[in-house]
Amino acid sequence: MDRLAYGLAALIGIAATAFGSYGMSGDVGTLRVAWLVPLGGLELTLDPLGGFFLALIGFAAVPASIYAMGSSPGERRDRFAYLVFVLSMCLVPLAANTMTFAITWELMSLASYFLVLHDRESKPSIYAGWVYAVMTHAGLACLLAGMLLLGAWTGSPRFEDWRAAAPALSGTARNAVFVLLGLGFAGKAGVIPLHVWLPLAHPAAPSHVSALMSGVMIKLGVYGLLRVSLDWLGAGPAWWGVAILVAGAASSLIGVLYALVDHDLKRLLAFHSIENIGIILLGVGSAVLYHGAGLPAAALLGLAAALYHTVNHAAFKALLFLGAGAVVHATGTRNMEELGGLIKRMPWTAACFLVGSAAIAALPPLNGFVSEWLTFVALFQNTHLAAVGLNIVFILGIASLALTGGLAMACFVKAFGITFLALPRSDAAARANEAPVPMRLAMLTLAASCVALGLGPTLVIPVLGAVAASVLGQAPPATVGDWLTLRVSGGYASLSTLAIAIALGAALLVPFVALPLVRAARRTRAYETWGCGRIIQTSRMEYTATAFANPFKRVFDFFYRPTKHLDIEFHPESRFFVERIEYENPARSIFHDWLYRPALDLLRVGARAAGALQSGSANLYLAYILAALLLMLVLA
Amino acid sequence: MIADIGVAVGQVLVVGMGAPLLVGVLRTLKARLVGRRGPSPWQPYADLRKLLGKEVVVSTTTSWVFRATPYVLVATTLVTALIVPVSSARPPLAFAGNIILLVYLFMLGTFFLALAGLDAGSAFGGMGSSRGVAVAALAEPTIIVAVFALALRADTIDLGLVVERFGQEPWLAANPAHLLAFAAFFIVMLAETGRLPVDNPATHLELTMIHEAMVLEYSGRYLALVEWAGAMKLFLFMTLLANLFVPWGLTGPAGPGAVLLGLLALAAKLAVLTGAVAVLETTVAKLRLFRVPELLAGSFALAFLSLMAVILFR
Repeated sequence: MDRLAYGLAALIGIAATAFGSYGMSGDVGTLRVAWLVPLGGLELTLDPLGGFFLALIGFAAVPASIYAMGSSPGERRDRFAYLVFVLSMCLVPLAANTMTFAITWELMSLASYFLVLHDRESKPSIYAGWVYAVMTHAGLACLLAGMLLLGAWTGSPRFEDWRAAAPALSGTARNAVFVLLGLGFAGKAGVIPLHVWLPLAHPAAPSHVSALMSGVMIKLGVYGLLRVSLDWLGAGPAWWGVAILVAGAASSLIGVLYALVDHDLKRLLAFHSIENIGIILLGVGSAVLYHGAGLPAAALLGLAAALYHTVNHAAFKALLFLGAGAVVHATGTRNMEELGGLIKRMPWTAACFLVGSAAIAALPPLNGFVSEWLTFVALFQNTHLAAVGLNIVFILGIASLALTGGLAMACFVKAFGITFLALPRSDAAARANEAPVPMRLAMLTLAASCVALGLGPTLVIPVLGAVAASVLGQAPPATVGDWLTLRVSGGYASLSTLAIAIALGAALLVPFVALPLVRAARRTRAYETWGCGRIIQTSRMEYTATAFANPFKRVFDFFYRPTKHLDIEFHPESRFFVERIEYENPARSIFHDWLYRPALDLLRVGARAAGALQSGSANLYLAYILAALLLMLVLA
Repeated sequence: MIADIGVAVGQVLVVGMGAPLLVGVLRTLKARLVGRRGPSPWQPYADLRKLLGKEVVVSTTTSWVFRATPYVLVATTLVTALIVPVSSARPPLAFAGNIILLVYLFMLGTFFLALAGLDAGSAFGGMGSSRGVAVAALAEPTIIVAVFALALRADTIDLGLVVERFGQEPWLAANPAHLLAFAAFFIVMLAETGRLPVDNPATHLELTMIHEAMVLEYSGRYLALVEWAGAMKLFLFMTLLANLFVPWGLTGPAGPGAVLLGLLALAAKLAVLTGAVAVLETTVAKLRLFRVPELLAGSFALAFLSLMAVILFR
């Protein structure tokens, strides 16, 4: 019975994938049930963009649900919340009017809130749930305000009517709606500086839920941004694209910088979600700018790159969260400083995690490389824009994407190397056991899809190109290359990950052929690691995650502003003997210190000032009502 | 097709066989510059042969990642040799992804090398890995931005076509933007291949080294493969520098004569560049590790300025 809910969720996932893929081929239809909910009724529409996100959710939900069957089943309410979570996520991209959207969106947020809170005893988890609830409802407030305004101005709560009426609205009105909806959706996507809930909430949830939250739930924020900036409001002014592009550049860079100095395995992955949302937004922002500037081919490329990275991130981030979950399942800790050596105890998990790490670090020929390559080429197209200011924005985007790529590689050397290689740093890690079969199966499926998405861009791009073309309202490109090579923007650039893979495979064989030819010795001896004459090797001699990240902490200290605490306890007889050293070098969050703390302080001061009105005297309250009534009459 | 395979095999042979000689010439030149006789330029071949004859000692702490890394390193550099325009402006694998692929293939090698450094569980390996990835991560944006500055003027990111374009219109290269990009790329080349002032390829003092610390645990044929891959990386970066920024002598669809001419031109350009690197390495001291980011930031600034110059004066 425990597993029934997860089996059901997997079936929902399969159905969603099938239905969504069907929807990607074209506008399929609308389901309206007017009596079910007030204010417009329930209305669901399957169109290519919605179909794409529906298929994406299904694609991630299947392995996550299979994985959940193998890990601890959780309490009954967790299983119920999980089912509601998956189902409501599937409905969000189908919602076709304000009320349906608000209900499904809120259902998704609430279900995930209960999943974040699954451990009701632990303080961090309660705090995470609280921050998540506040941020997600602040976002919902923005969304509802924007949607109600747009509904009032266009005279309809239906998205279909917005498309027709919104482009005719005044510039100010469209800007106001863009800002409100943009903030709401960016909050859900975890865009800097609205990201604060993400690194708290994602690690707190069970791993299969983290995989879905990071892999697909935050993508629904991207879905909303796409709807706002390209669909509902029509082509917008250039600053919309610039705002999205700059937000993307900042999120990608800042996300990876925080990930580098975080040594909680799941929190590190959560920060990488911020980074990858940033990369997706670089593609979205470029598409919005090109679309507004009348460069259809470049806009199509930017949007296709963004959609490709959306799929890819769902695949490798779900894989990595499931891998991290398997590590937590086996060792009981998420702290990388207590892990190590797991590659010997958990070879399958390690291999899958390595594939995920290489994919997220955009190493060829895996899927992350394909979409980052596309994003680079999309950003390179800015030379067709005449405005120098815009060119500079794009160059900053290119530079931040390049730096992000390098830093992500460094970060996953740390994540994989410290967690899985060398000697175990704790007893729990030394006694770890490989994950059970369903968990392995889920990870292997996702690892295989990372490889497939990497090798098959020539098959994937036409599909995504058609979705992107339907969003941008243009005909899909007739040809994008042959079976081997993807051609972009005429002769500007081409990509063939299949050729790279074949070449790499052949080149791997070169030493095997060449070494016997030059009669290389084949003797191999196993011996301990060289250690300058020390007697035994222990895990305390290994490099730690903190030490590994230290060069970055020093290089970017203007950003981290690390504080240092050094506490040494000397032997009472002599200061030359140290009994205990405690060293801490934590990074501080500039967003917490410079944005949220002042904002919260302001709120508190405001609340205290407003408290003066609340005397508790009923007479005074009656006087307030009278005053308010008079004021209304005067104003009316 | 046959010609393509011929060019591919030829490029791999030139890079694979020529790389140790380049390293040897550089060492000899450096020795002469400081008044030593120095070893013969052929010494790296002898070193490789010696290493290939020795047995391999593998730490019991390590996993398959450690044993796979030398092969991955060699494979990534060999594939890179098919992307860089070495002897003609039409490298055989040019269609596979161009400069972005090149950068990320080198990252693939660095990724595995850094993992191997951590795998043995010694502090030296971890130190080398941590520093190595830091340098690689900070050098990467410069390569992309510098090459984009060139690509922008040639209107393609296909390396071969960039080379061809500048070869046909040499006056395009006589431009401050070109010079800035060259300087940026030169600094990155030093950083990526572990030369002075970023890393010292001659030292074995554990606390100062980067690349050598990562490969400290390797021996025998594994070390030979790692050293060979390192030499090829140096060769490829210098070739890239030579052929991208001084593209004379390279032609497009090439016959045997043109390939030979391209190789001769490459040898001449590499000789000049090797001389420059040797002089530089004998005159500058190694930077303190935490000054290296400033150097790399400087090189990024040069690349950025170059790109700005292209955009502002197009």
